[in-house]
Amino acid sequence: MEALDGNAIGGLLYEIFDTDMTSAVSVCGNCGAACQVAELAVYTHAPGTVVRCRSCDSVLMVFVKIHNRICVDLLGLAAPG
Amino acid sequence: MAGTALRGRLTWQIAKVTAVAVETASVRTITLDVPGWPGHQAGQHVDIRLTDEDGYVAERSYSIASAPGEPVAITVERLDDGEVSPYLTDELRAGDDLELRGPIGGYFVWEPDDGGPLLLLAGGSGVVPLRSILRHRERTRSNVPVRLLYASRTLDDVIYRGELDQPAVGVEVVYTLTRHQPPGWTGYARRVDAALLAEVAWAAGVMPLAYACGPTSFVEAVSQVLVHSSYPPERVKTERFGTAGGT
Repeated sequence: MEALDGNAIGGLLYEIFDTDMTSAVSVCGNCGAACQVAELAVYTHAPGTVVRCRSCDSVLMVFVKIHNRICVDLLGLAAPG
Repeated sequence: MAGTALRGRLTWQIAKVTAVAVETASVRTITLDVPGWPGHQAGQHVDIRLTDEDGYVAERSYSIASAPGEPVAITVERLDDGEVSPYLTDELRAGDDLELRGPIGGYFVWEPDDGGPLLLLAGGSGVVPLRSILRHRERTRSNVPVRLLYASRTLDDVIYRGELDQPAVGVEVVYTLTRHQPPGWTGYARRVDAALLAEVAWAAGVMPLAYACGPTSFVEAVSQVLVHSSYPPERVKTERFGTAGGT
């Protein structure tokens, strides 16, 4: 399955953060690569949505919808410095 | 992550289909009346949600085909194994309701103040948000020079052909037909690669702004070529449709 990109989760991120996040900057917690969220690799065919770094392939974010809840894991992102 | 410009809440709402237009054998443009639509930017998309009788829900994103200020329209290509697109292209009629939320996206957007020259690279139905940009340029009387390179399987698969064959002043449209060419075709007939982009793309020295949209493989290929051609990565905007709508 070919990856989509962060544009594809614009609606999902808006649902969570209540603002557009596709042009926000993310920093990979593993390799430090910084890019706009729209540029990240997004896999929507996993059980849930998996977002990976394009430089080192680390998992940055995972979103899983269970009934009407969205479970959010952002542990792959670097903490704001 | 830092948030960007704030806007009102994004909520699912019911839109009314006002028209369904045939673009190609497998592509339809669906015009919508969306109550309270806040307006959109060229390049943004909407999410569409279908719910079946058992409560099964399928969501997909579709680029907005119309310019800001025009009624919201999406252009949809039917994917034979798709969960959503066959309903949109084959079943939906004027007067039907459709659940959507939007507009969405602040990255793959263009405003006249962003300038150019613009290099628009479309693979298949990736032309949809670029058409919104072209119409927005024309409606705002922008004189930013534009080159659109549009890769399509055959001439019959070219979406918006009537419009693109009569481009506005300052807009050049270049087709490449990757699978089949009609007799007498003098245009390009190969996949978009470094050699083709060397002929068509603006030189990096004029500080072009590039938007590439289409299947993932198309977008990866063209964006890598552009960055190797000294386009600054931040001036190459990309939107990937996955494997959908191949060229």
